[in-house]
Amino acid sequence: MNSFFKYFTDIFNGVKSLLKGMSVTGRYFFSPGSIVTQQYPENRKTLKMFDRFKGEVIMPHNEKNQHHCTGCGICANNCPNGSIEIVQDKIETPDGKKERIIDKHIYHLSMCTFCGLCIKSCPSNALSWGQEFEHAVFDRSKLTKILNKPGSSIIKDITE
Amino acid sequence: MKEVINPPVRNIEDEEYHINIGPQHPSTHGVLRMVVSIQGETVKSLKPHCGYIHRGIEKMCEKDTYQQIIHLTDRMDYLSAHINNHVVCLLVERALEVAVPERVQYIRTIVDELTRIASHQLWWGCFGMDMGGQTCLLYGMRDREKIMDIFEESFGSRLLHSYYTPGGLMGDIHPNFQKRVKEFITYFRKKIHDYDNILTGNVIMQERTKGVGILTKEEAIDYGVTGPIGRASGFSCDVRKYHPYGVYDKVDFKEILGTQGDTFSRYMMRMHEMRESMKILEQLIDNIPAGDYSAKMKAVIKLPAGEYYQRVEAARGELGVYVVSDGNKTPYRMKFRSSSFSNLSALDHMSRGFKIADLIAIGGSLDYVIPDIDR
Ligand code: SF4
Ligand code: SF4
Repeated sequence: MNSFFKYFTDIFNGVKSLLKGMSVTGRYFFSPGSIVTQQYPENRKTLKMFDRFKGEVIMPHNEKNQHHCTGCGICANNCPNGSIEIVQDKIETPDGKKERIIDKHIYHLSMCTFCGLCIKSCPSNALSWGQEFEHAVFDRSKLTKILNKPGSSIIKDITE
Repeated sequence: MKEVINPPVRNIEDEEYHINIGPQHPSTHGVLRMVVSIQGETVKSLKPHCGYIHRGIEKMCEKDTYQQIIHLTDRMDYLSAHINNHVVCLLVERALEVAVPERVQYIRTIVDELTRIASHQLWWGCFGMDMGGQTCLLYGMRDREKIMDIFEESFGSRLLHSYYTPGGLMGDIHPNFQKRVKEFITYFRKKIHDYDNILTGNVIMQERTKGVGILTKEEAIDYGVTGPIGRASGFSCDVRKYHPYGVYDKVDFKEILGTQGDTFSRYMMRMHEMRESMKILEQLIDNIPAGDYSAKMKAVIKLPAGEYYQRVEAARGELGVYVVSDGNKTPYRMKFRSSSFSNLSALDHMSRGFKIADLIAIGGSLDYVIPDIDR
């Protein structure tokens, strides 16, 4: 008699537990307000990443096409996987001194692990994070970027 | 006249049969291959084959400076990335006897606990999916997304943060951080009831997990099984209690121990841990002291020659790092004691004598992360 009774209580408890679970899914089914899925790419226009989002390393330029990079190469030394190459150039200043400046700041986005060491170690704060995240391209060579824009020069005055 | 010899009739029923589970099997959660020897449907023995995602992180560490090593540790157990960063930072700070600001210690502890909750949420979803309930995965992911958003806002990335650095943090927390964490706790305290209603009380799940894959306390110690799996067997092994780091000595939380050591108690252990983590968060989130987000460190960190060992409690158990330094800016040898690797070693023992469907449940309750096993 006892096992007979247990048989039915087991069935009853089992069905009850299943219904309890179903009630949760049912509740979400009938409350569309709780949907959290983002409709990407339909929302591309309105999608805004957080300001600190690490999309890629960029070199901000001001409106006069000037940047802060001195070409010292510290970022390249600190990068754990060689994603940065610095090509330096020598110029002669008006007062006759030779000076090293940056020719090309080459950044391999395809190798970057987004560790942030280059940005943290740059003594002149020339680099920062960009929020662009749609990096898919058909050709890998497109992921190698030159961060200093053509014709750009260095900001001499620190206050600028 | 030729003699006809009849070949002996093979009794296939009694023969052992080897099948491969993985490397591409959804229940292994990565590229792990298990050669399972079965008789009928009963598992006789199991041999895990590791190495499909071996990247040689320990070797790569030997050429990297201590700041650079951090970004490699992210990629071991990616679900507890912050905690992996923490272990290397602690090792360097202890070796150099750097006084880390209070603020850093508070933030690190909070972020570690958030990571633990996020990791367990993902595990809950995957475990539910292994048991045949796909809804669980969606709910687990939905709630984990809240933590991912907190991380993204403050640290810039969702999975591999590289946020800790020897001596402190890469940057300060976002002004919204505290508000968002408090919102999350209120939110998740409600949602964790859903978890119980959907899966914990579910009769199918209970039938499939209770009494399955038993690991006794002695065996857990023998195999070096730690974390929630060890605690489910009654092995008190919480590094946060025994060797406190961060501000774990200032907060009040319980180390919950199981008695059964079966799949269900491993499940319950993680459910309890999520609640305990929320308790820790509540105690800390309002009391973050003001101050610097990093101690003053030299640009080139050199550890004095010698051997160092440091451990922390990662989401899956004890994570240890062993460094031999010869006084240079890169370590001479670096070795990680990863929790998933030791936990996996007990899988053979746990699954013997159970059905192949039970193996999936046991594997799910182990919550292994393959890149942590292979490194
Ligand atoms: S970006 Fe900064 S660290 Fe790199 S070369 Fe320019 S100034 Fe030096
Ligand atoms: S973020 Fe890290 S990996 Fe990427 S370029 Fe900078 S230092 Fe190199």
